[in-house]
Amino acid sequence: MATNTQDHVLVVLQLSGGNDALNTIVPYADPLYLENRPAVRIDPEKVLPINERIGFNPALEPIKALWDAGKVAIIQGIGYPHPNRSHFRSMDIWHTCEPDKVGTEGWLGRAIRDIDPTHDNVLTGVNFGRGLPRALAVPGVPVASVGNLETYGVLTGIQGEDQRTEALGLFSNMYAPRLGRTLVKEYISQTGVDALKGADILNTAPQKYASTVKYGGDTVAQYLRNIAQVYFAGLGTRIMYTTAPQNSFDTHASELGKHTQLWQEVSNGVSAFCQDLQEHHAGDNVMLLLFTEFGRRVHDNGSGTDHGSGGIAFVIGDAVQGGLYGEYPSLASGKLLEGDLHFNNDFRGTYATLLERWLGLDAKPIVGGSFEQLDFI
Amino acid sequence: MAANDIALMAHLMRRAGFGAPYQELEARAAKGYEATVEELLHPEAQSDGIDADVLERYFMEWREMLAGGPNYWAWRMLNSHRPLEEKIALFWHGVLCTGSSKVQHAKQQLIEFDMFRRCGLGSFRDILLEISRDPSMIFYLDNCMSHKGAINENYGRELLELFSMGVGMDGQPNYSEDDVKACARAFTGWTLTTPVPRYPYGVYTARFIYNPDDHDDGEKTFLGETGNWDGEDIINIIAKQPATARFISRHLYNFFVADDVQVPAWQNTPPRDPEAIKMLEDEYFRSNYEIRAMLRVLFNADFFKNARFAKVKSPVETVVGTMRLVGDFTTPKPGVPALVAEMRYMGQDLANPPTVEGWHTGQEWIDSGTLVERINFTADQMGNINLPGVRAVIERLAAEGPTLTPERLVDGCLELLGHYELADDTYSMLVTHAQKGGALRTDADDFAPRVGQMLQLIASTQEYLFA
Repeated sequence: MATNTQDHVLVVLQLSGGNDALNTIVPYADPLYLENRPAVRIDPEKVLPINERIGFNPALEPIKALWDAGKVAIIQGIGYPHPNRSHFRSMDIWHTCEPDKVGTEGWLGRAIRDIDPTHDNVLTGVNFGRGLPRALAVPGVPVASVGNLETYGVLTGIQGEDQRTEALGLFSNMYAPRLGRTLVKEYISQTGVDALKGADILNTAPQKYASTVKYGGDTVAQYLRNIAQVYFAGLGTRIMYTTAPQNSFDTHASELGKHTQLWQEVSNGVSAFCQDLQEHHAGDNVMLLLFTEFGRRVHDNGSGTDHGSGGIAFVIGDAVQGGLYGEYPSLASGKLLEGDLHFNNDFRGTYATLLERWLGLDAKPIVGGSFEQLDFI
Repeated sequence: MAANDIALMAHLMRRAGFGAPYQELEARAAKGYEATVEELLHPEAQSDGIDADVLERYFMEWREMLAGGPNYWAWRMLNSHRPLEEKIALFWHGVLCTGSSKVQHAKQQLIEFDMFRRCGLGSFRDILLEISRDPSMIFYLDNCMSHKGAINENYGRELLELFSMGVGMDGQPNYSEDDVKACARAFTGWTLTTPVPRYPYGVYTARFIYNPDDHDDGEKTFLGETGNWDGEDIINIIAKQPATARFISRHLYNFFVADDVQVPAWQNTPPRDPEAIKMLEDEYFRSNYEIRAMLRVLFNADFFKNARFAKVKSPVETVVGTMRLVGDFTTPKPGVPALVAEMRYMGQDLANPPTVEGWHTGQEWIDSGTLVERINFTADQMGNINLPGVRAVIERLAAEGPTLTPERLVDGCLELLGHYELADDTYSMLVTHAQKGGALRTDADDFAPRVGQMLQLIASTQEYLFA
């Protein structure tokens, strides 16, 4: 293992669409759960208990195994004041840490800027998937965005090695920074320069990789495998990100079957990733955050659940102090906020914990203030 | 023909369609700009040239494709003689979004996309009514799960937030949470027939049905107006709001004229060109909400004509535009799904936008991943000197005389691609590169490859990312 991988790495898995917290960590002993979920409920008999009150949805069995090994922090009742129930706005808030105005800078983009202020490594942050999530976007901060790790490169179709070398030289000159460009063109030229640099390095990762771990064929598992490949290649990457595609956790209808399948894929992917880290003796260096933009309405709508607040997040890794953090929000009608679970800890506290205690950064300017940190690290 | 007329026509065709080869630009410029605008605005006046019957009869493997889905749509965009019909359908698909990841029924979505073709240039009020009765949409945003006494707010909210008014304008909110609930109540009972089971009968589509027993007929207050509103009343109220005129005008501007900020920022960020938006808003009300009338104003306005290369091309525009230019896929052959996959790699999964907000546009199309996909695809196509459109460029340049200067090679390629304009430094780099190979003899064996390589290099410039 190259020395630069000794630095801590944060992997973020975004569960887009608003994961139903109540059917993920289930308050199976609470009569109010059964009352509010006449149709869209997890059978209490099937829940994998954490204690006498709450337990895992059985689809999370592989994560339960990590929990039993003390590697999982469950952040209960996570959210922010005045919850917004629009996917886009709420996800923006999680991405930018700006609940009161529309922000343009992503929290991880800022973290990458602080880790590598002089852009020494264009691969400090890498996203897996198409299009950069706002969490990683800060103008002028290079973040590679990799759709397909195997074929990543610029002008790969130019015939002849000399011709390609010459074309790449020209490309590099055409995209070189120049005065007097508009902001958009400045952004595009920087993107071109970064793409060229990043591609040459990233291409080496899959060839260097060897592992006995089998990942599933779904997008999340495949990108987690790519994350492992890039990490093991020792490229100095500190922040990696991927997203469960298609806003799939938006389970307004037919929730039970779909939610189960999604969590089976995610849990198996996370489990394979952790095994891969073990096999490469790298478990201590990597921490995984799973988050979603909001929880869902307490009362079901007969087949699914509508947008709510008060969600749940997970932090997973060997270095995590496993346990329950935050409080499980009450389902009592007097304690709800417009029919939704009340948040009791601000997501920016979890971010701040990861930024300061894991990545060694000053969290305050990144998350925009001081928030109570949690002791999962 | 004045070069500027052709350059302007190239601009119009990139925006109102997917670009056009040079000979088509010349023919259209000869007809005149305003006449071409009118022709584009009336797609119904001519055949689309898509001979689906022939495809179905003689190309058995295409039958599945003809049932709908992004492959069929891509085929239409590549070959339709009514470019604006496809472009306006693409516009509405990006605003009134449904996604195949949830609908999972290509034939059902095809009905929606055909509705965009049929109604997309008509009254916005009618379009809202059509989409509210569209089975894909009713399923996508769960209106079929919204019941009297147990509303599902999903459609009611997105109708206001993303389909018609937007959350706010000039710093003020456009509606309240109570308006969302009233709106959702008004659309209870707007639901679907249960489709015939998929097996063993084949794929059947669902139809819209109004179920009065499940409709909440109670009194509702919506945007300050109180009555026993039904969904159609709600749409009538929405259509007359100034916020709706603003929202649709900004969408048309952002899609057809120049990149503006993303939709969530519209509440607090004024339009890029307030005067242009005002012209479009006025036409919205004057024409009784007609999109065709708004586009007539738009295409004929100076703010449009002066907005050349003010937009980053979308992936669909990039792929379809490139293929129309190189003249491939004009007759049936395998490979259309691969083109659709290219759009997806560049960040646009046709028929399946990432969220109900649609695709973010402008510079957000470009990141270090999608840039690589885009440049590699266009360079590969334009460097393929066997493709008819590339051959046409080569032959046209060869016809200019026995030799070509390096400068003329660069200029000629830029012109024939649709009068692209390069920054001075980019231009001189390409000329310097061309000079290394010396003057070009148009009858030499290396003439065609040198033109092909120049086209590849132009395709990889920053300027070529724009339309």
